[in-house]
Amino acid sequence: MVTALALPRLLANNRGALSRIAAVTRRDLTAVRHSGYWLVVLSGFFEPVLYLLAIGIGVGRLVEGFRLSDGTVVSYATFVAPAMLAASAMNGALSEATYNFFAKMKWAKLYDAMVATPLRPFEIAVGELGWALMRGSMYSVAFLGIMVVLDLTTAGWAVLAFFASLLVGFAFGAVGMAMSTVMRSWQDFDYLNAVQFGMFLFSATFVPIESYPAVVRVVVEVLPLYHGVEVVRALTLGRPEWATLGHVAYLVAISLLAIAIAARRLNAVLCK
Amino acid sequence: MAVITAPARTELRESPGPSPLPVFEHRLTQYRRVWRSSVFSSFLLPVMFLLGMGVSLGAYVDRSSALGVPYLDYIAPGLVAATALQVAMGESTWSIMSAFSWIRIYHAMRASPLRPNDIVGGELLFVAMRVATSAAGFLIVLAVFGVLHSWWSVALLPVSVLIGLAVSAPTLAFAATIRSDNMFAILFRFAVIPMSLFAGVFFPVEAMPLVARWLAYASPLWHGVELSRAATLGGSPAASPLLHVGYLAVWVVVGYLLACWRYERKLTD
Repeated sequence: MVTALALPRLLANNRGALSRIAAVTRRDLTAVRHSGYWLVVLSGFFEPVLYLLAIGIGVGRLVEGFRLSDGTVVSYATFVAPAMLAASAMNGALSEATYNFFAKMKWAKLYDAMVATPLRPFEIAVGELGWALMRGSMYSVAFLGIMVVLDLTTAGWAVLAFFASLLVGFAFGAVGMAMSTVMRSWQDFDYLNAVQFGMFLFSATFVPIESYPAVVRVVVEVLPLYHGVEVVRALTLGRPEWATLGHVAYLVAISLLAIAIAARRLNAVLCK
Repeated sequence: MAVITAPARTELRESPGPSPLPVFEHRLTQYRRVWRSSVFSSFLLPVMFLLGMGVSLGAYVDRSSALGVPYLDYIAPGLVAATALQVAMGESTWSIMSAFSWIRIYHAMRASPLRPNDIVGGELLFVAMRVATSAAGFLIVLAVFGVLHSWWSVALLPVSVLIGLAVSAPTLAFAATIRSDNMFAILFRFAVIPMSLFAGVFFPVEAMPLVARWLAYASPLWHGVELSRAATLGGSPAASPLLHVGYLAVWVVVGYLLACWRYERKLTD
């Protein structure tokens, strides 16, 4: 699916680009088998589920009937579950595209080795995003399955929400990668963590956006996770609106912009 | 021309015997370089939780609360305890593995008169210092939010330190045992995060099924949360305070002994 998104730019005069991109993704798949890393990858699935159980159901019991902005009342778990899904798509994609990507670039010097082959920086970026998305989509499928079992959405809407979560993952993967290319050291990641965590708490995740003060609301609406939450929530609640398309457009735009920046920066860093 | 002089004999004789203090001092020196970035995880993050969960979600919870107190007042002491856990774990995982296997400062320490239990003691002193300072900062914030209802709130400081030591000591033993740092990610996923979410910080453990409830009772965090909550709300914890403190103390002592044993093993050829 990554390749599908990146295709238009590639097809023009890049013969063999697809197989080169696939080679980068395949390397990641091989690396998963290394020293307990697969266990880390596999266990990533538990975190959003635990949050869903603790906040959605545990705290949800303390909230009686949750009224949405249009007046309908849903259970708190129904409201918060799609936000957990969007947030986990963000976290999964960012952890691959920031920490792991940065480590491979600065420490393992993996990409220095790659550019010595026919691979080009843009293909490396897309190939790495491909792996980040594969990892994220495993978690999304499992999470949506649990949502269907708990009756928080229906199977049909879950399929659509899956594609929405892929889009969220792609957007954050691209943004994270672009940021990794300008980071100087591990200390810089602390700022990223702060923003990431702030988005997790305040992107209309736990309460509707209407309940924030006006100033906070403006900031929230600029940041990408809010748009991701709105798209996924509209779908799992089974009520997409025209505004949902606007959120999708925002995510697509930011993905394309970020991947262009990432490829350009990688070029600068790797092909000195 | 460089002149090489032998160290004065008096200096050698007066050098202190083995003690945890040099290790503590080493950590403090290191910390001076990175304390700014730790402000985020040990201070900003819990304050954000307080706003995001306590204030904004709290408005919904309070409409029909079965808790008896405002939600903000309910989770604030829980967050102090959870932060103690978080900070202590942060200082007893990757940095320890680094000292063993990456920068190998422990090997240098071992070549000095320091004994393995001095190293463990020094690490624990540093954890206690980190937890105490972040709890103190958090306490000031809570006072501003007006959620401290009793003078017992001051007890949050020693309680936080106790939680920190109770989780840090066994984690030091763990860090001295594992081979790959991937195991830390596993530890966080299967122990630290579940504990933070289900040990009574955000909602009463009585709402959970029996097995989950007993797991929560077994966790050190739940005892810390009970003590902290009783302190800020001026009530009494689930069991006698002595029992909670005693349970946490068992974790500290057993963890310390385990850590000394593992350090000894790992640092002896």
